[in-house]
Amino acid sequence: MSPGPRALIAEDEPLLAAALAAELAACWPGLALLPPAPDGAAALAAALAHRPDVCFLDIRMPRLDGLAAAHAIIEDWPHDVPPPLMVFVTAHDEYALRAFEAQALDYLLKPVEHGRLAACVARLVRQLGDRRAPAAALDDAVAQLRAVPAPAGVEAPRLHVIRAQAREVVHLVPVEQVFYFAAADKYVRVVTAEREHLIRLSLRDLLPRLDPQRFWQVHRGLVVQARHILAARREETGRVLLTLRGRPETLVASRMFAHLFRGM
Amino acid sequence: MRLRTWLPTGAARGLGRRLLLAVALAPPTAWLAQAVLPGTAGYGTALTRSLAISLCTWAAVDLGRFLLRGKLGAAPPHYWPPPRGAALLLGLGLPAGVFAGIALGDMLAGPSAVAGGVGAVAVFGLAVGVAMTAAFYSRGRQEALARQVEAARLAALKAQLDPHMLFNTLATLRALIATDPPRATAMLDRLVSFLRATLGASRAETHSLAAERAWIEDYLALMQIRLGARLTTRWDIPTALEPAQVPALLLQPAVENAIRHGIEPKPEGGRIEISASREGGELLLRVRDTGVGLPAAAQDRFGLVQLRERLRLLHGSAASVALAAADDAEGGALVMLRLPMALPVAPSAP
Repeated sequence: MSPGPRALIAEDEPLLAAALAAELAACWPGLALLPPAPDGAAALAAALAHRPDVCFLDIRMPRLDGLAAAHAIIEDWPHDVPPPLMVFVTAHDEYALRAFEAQALDYLLKPVEHGRLAACVARLVRQLGDRRAPAAALDDAVAQLRAVPAPAGVEAPRLHVIRAQAREVVHLVPVEQVFYFAAADKYVRVVTAEREHLIRLSLRDLLPRLDPQRFWQVHRGLVVQARHILAARREETGRVLLTLRGRPETLVASRMFAHLFRGM
Repeated sequence: MRLRTWLPTGAARGLGRRLLLAVALAPPTAWLAQAVLPGTAGYGTALTRSLAISLCTWAAVDLGRFLLRGKLGAAPPHYWPPPRGAALLLGLGLPAGVFAGIALGDMLAGPSAVAGGVGAVAVFGLAVGVAMTAAFYSRGRQEALARQVEAARLAALKAQLDPHMLFNTLATLRALIATDPPRATAMLDRLVSFLRATLGASRAETHSLAAERAWIEDYLALMQIRLGARLTTRWDIPTALEPAQVPALLLQPAVENAIRHGIEPKPEGGRIEISASREGGELLLRVRDTGVGLPAAAQDRFGLVQLRERLRLLHGSAASVALAAADDAEGGALVMLRLPMALPVAPSAP
């Protein structure tokens, strides 16, 4: 006999988190609620630590927005546990909502209306009842989330040379020499054949300035220049291990980006 | 249909209005010609000639600059070319229009018998042409400017009624109705006052700094209920500056940016400070937050483009908007607005 389902609410406005919790308690008595997460990064940490069955994610949140948090949760989710069902909550976001509907992703509009929430709960209960095997369920989640386009970023001019400062010296690194960019806390590591540099720029700000044909995002924290990838080997977990030409280390592409490495 | 591809969209109406202006100017010009040019053969003839001149001038200068806008470098919104193009237009187009008009007039009304001959008619015609071009120019600019001011105001209003803000506020209100009715009532009062001021401000071009403050206070109170302890505010507006007139809802984009891009993304929240001061003949307004600070390229990303455009339309180069990182240890962003001080004349003491 498995314990009852558990849910995580991620919402940066405490009153709204409490209200959703109260409404859920009323219309889904068997549901246990984890403490609400006040931002996307906290939601990611709580989801991975407690592995809830359902996540209610507000779309506009500090640090990681709801969509990015869902991506990260699915990206890092263990491969032998069924992934959580995602329900997105938003006050107004027509653009994303159309994509959610197209992907049969669940969403709630704020203010959350009672009948709509009850229907959503009924659907979630049904889905939890006939969940597929973890691997298949993860594949489904990846496909659904990947089909939701990321919000349009700002047009930024292409970057040709990376300026990496180390103390009083600034190193100029042509982008074509970069093997990969890896997020590291507040920095990005810029790795070339011979050495690596640190730049104070987030990967999210850097990405729109790189040529997507040449630089592939393979993980939320990793962007690799495609021509430096020698081979890709898919693991059972859904991850893909990348070996490079001219660098000894092996890189890991997450299941969110595994589709880039299917044979032609 | 051809004409549509020749003319930029929206230009035809203005052109038509200026054509009417050209026609309307003909009778008084004819009367003037009779008065100043001895030998003009009757009012009818003068009217024909002056109509011919004004229509040809209109065609050369007003229609011409639209049709040749690529060559002249004339660009929206009012399609007046830059100095070189303008010199070309006035130096060649205007005389061409005037002489074509004189020739047309001769054709229709017979050769002129004006004392002083063609020279006098040409000088008079050119004077009329220059006056008409000046009239077209100011008219066209006025129309374009009025359209822009209106567009900027509508954009500002649309920004006030951000659906995201509105529905989140309503969601909070709905939650409070069940759990804390007195607070729900207080919040509803704030919302009503905010909406009333927003709609009122969308009708008025300017209002006092005190009115602007009251409106922003409602907005911030709503945000404070939603964000809880994450948002604090501080005001510093000297009483003497409260009656100063400012464009309605001027501070809105700055305050909304401070919340949306500064405080909301910061898990622990922050403070918004709004202050006003006087520097000589200028009013200096500052909106500062202690949020996450500015990402690269923030200058054009945030709704400040609109704000800058609105101030430019109202005050030209006498007003400015600057966005910068706050210059102390608390970090965050700072928006500085400068505009000409507009204090109503103080009523004389009894």
